[in-house]
Amino acid sequence: MPVANIQVSETPLVLYTLRRADDALILGHRLSEWCGHAPMLEEDMALSNIALDLLGQARELYTYAARVEGKDNDEDKFAYLRDVRQYRNLLLVEQPNGDFAQTLVRQFFYSAFADLYWRAMMTSCDTTLAAIAAKSEKESAYHLRHSSEWIIRLGDGTEESHARTQGAIDHLWAFTGEMFAVDDGERGLIDAGIAIDPATLRDRWLKTLSRVVSEATLTLPQNNWMQQGGRVGRHSEHLGHLLSELQSMQRTFPGLTW
Amino acid sequence: MYTQALNTAEADDRGLEDAAKAAQFQARIDAEERIEPNDWMPAAYRKTLTRQISQHAHSEIVGMLPEGNWITRAPTLRRKAALLAKVQDECGHGLYLYAAAETLGSSREELVDAMLAGKAKYSSIFNYPTLTWADIGTIGWLVDGAAIMNQIPLCRCSYGPYARAMIRVCKEESFHQRQGYEIMLTLCRGSDEQKAMAQDALNRWWWPVLMMFGPPDSASQHSDASTKWKIKRFSNDELRQKFVDATVPQAQYLGLTIPDPGMTQDADGHWRYSEIDWTEFKQVLAGNGPCNRDRIAARRKAHDEGAWVREAAAAYAAKRQHRQTAQAAE
Repeated sequence: MPVANIQVSETPLVLYTLRRADDALILGHRLSEWCGHAPMLEEDMALSNIALDLLGQARELYTYAARVEGKDNDEDKFAYLRDVRQYRNLLLVEQPNGDFAQTLVRQFFYSAFADLYWRAMMTSCDTTLAAIAAKSEKESAYHLRHSSEWIIRLGDGTEESHARTQGAIDHLWAFTGEMFAVDDGERGLIDAGIAIDPATLRDRWLKTLSRVVSEATLTLPQNNWMQQGGRVGRHSEHLGHLLSELQSMQRTFPGLTW
Repeated sequence: MYTQALNTAEADDRGLEDAAKAAQFQARIDAEERIEPNDWMPAAYRKTLTRQISQHAHSEIVGMLPEGNWITRAPTLRRKAALLAKVQDECGHGLYLYAAAETLGSSREELVDAMLAGKAKYSSIFNYPTLTWADIGTIGWLVDGAAIMNQIPLCRCSYGPYARAMIRVCKEESFHQRQGYEIMLTLCRGSDEQKAMAQDALNRWWWPVLMMFGPPDSASQHSDASTKWKIKRFSNDELRQKFVDATVPQAQYLGLTIPDPGMTQDADGHWRYSEIDWTEFKQVLAGNGPCNRDRIAARRKAHDEGAWVREAAAAYAAKRQHRQTAQAAE
């Protein structure tokens, strides 16, 4: 493996698949940062478990992207030899863990979407994506249950946990809009029945959020300004640091087998 | 509180450790019967086991740190998933063992507090740093390998909950050991740089791993009672020798050199190692190992920073209980 960044032929399907793979890898990586440092052992277990599910999804999606691209790339080249500008994940998933509330709110926003998304993708006419969706949907349903329960516990727990969780919601809200955006390439895949239109999931996503947040005695922000850019490689400053750690071995020792 | 309601403290208070009960207890042990949580047991047996099982649990939890140090830097996605799953297994072992210790009447909180306060020990091996990826392979191969050597006999320990916990733990440890050896094999079949990395890791871990089996038999404090109670079935030196005999051929297969120029094979085929530097062992045990302070600081930080989360969970559970009671009364 050379040390330089790989070139990717981003046809609409390759790009589409890489975007979802990057979401899963980056969020899984973030969650794995908790391992050994969580507030209780049960959460060391749970967060690692979710990280492993996401890592598994990322690997299947990268492998499929490589197959569709039909070049020399593979899951590790996609993960380890693309720089910040080549990464295509949502800004939401690269946000730092912060405290436990911020990690769980980030997870809740994402999982509430992913659960609907993968369920809808099970009907994709692309049989590989449909199969990945069937597996991911089961996992996402558990991730959503786990994070929902924590949002309720933290929101309706103590004054401190309430304030921290509300703060996390207010902070991360602006990163949720990107999940529902579609560009021309994706529009073509939607028309072809390969992808689903995420805009059609927004009402149900909002309903899940509202139900959980209200049970948690919290509120959703009224501010609707949304940050965008992750899907085209315009990231926050946080991603570069994450990648420098994630990729350090492959960058230091190029081309070796591990 | 996680402590289950067991009738143990009461039994101790009554001072029932009379000779007849003690003799009956020993007879059960000698007959290879398992002692269960509600059975009568001598206070010293309870104390020894609580100490041993909780130290074992603390070791699993502190042991997550040196390996966790490489989760975010694992060199491939396959290695990353395997390492994360492995560290998660260690956490599961910790939970399982705290639960086993709780059956003896101490709560997980009490046990964890003792560890965080520096009053309870954990395995000294985790006070050494993981500097390169080869350390992850070496820990799996040698540290887990030594742990298995120690723990296989514990599957027949006289205390039922501990013995049963060990059966499951050993199955997972043996998987980790193979995984670690496979990392080493990949390195040793790789570039010169990778082979050097593997040898360097073996050089740093070899002696600390031999120390994992504890002081030499001539200096061990706890062995006599533990042997009589069938908590311990082999001496420290016996287990250490077994481990060395199993490991030397594995190192040879990898093409690595055990960092002990004085090592020789005797007529019976046993690999005789040189004198172990017990001063180092005592220093690490006394808190002066390279990572003692970092490990405890990391566990305290997680504990302190997680306090508000645990308080929130408890407050919510209490509110919910209150609401349910109020609803039932309506």
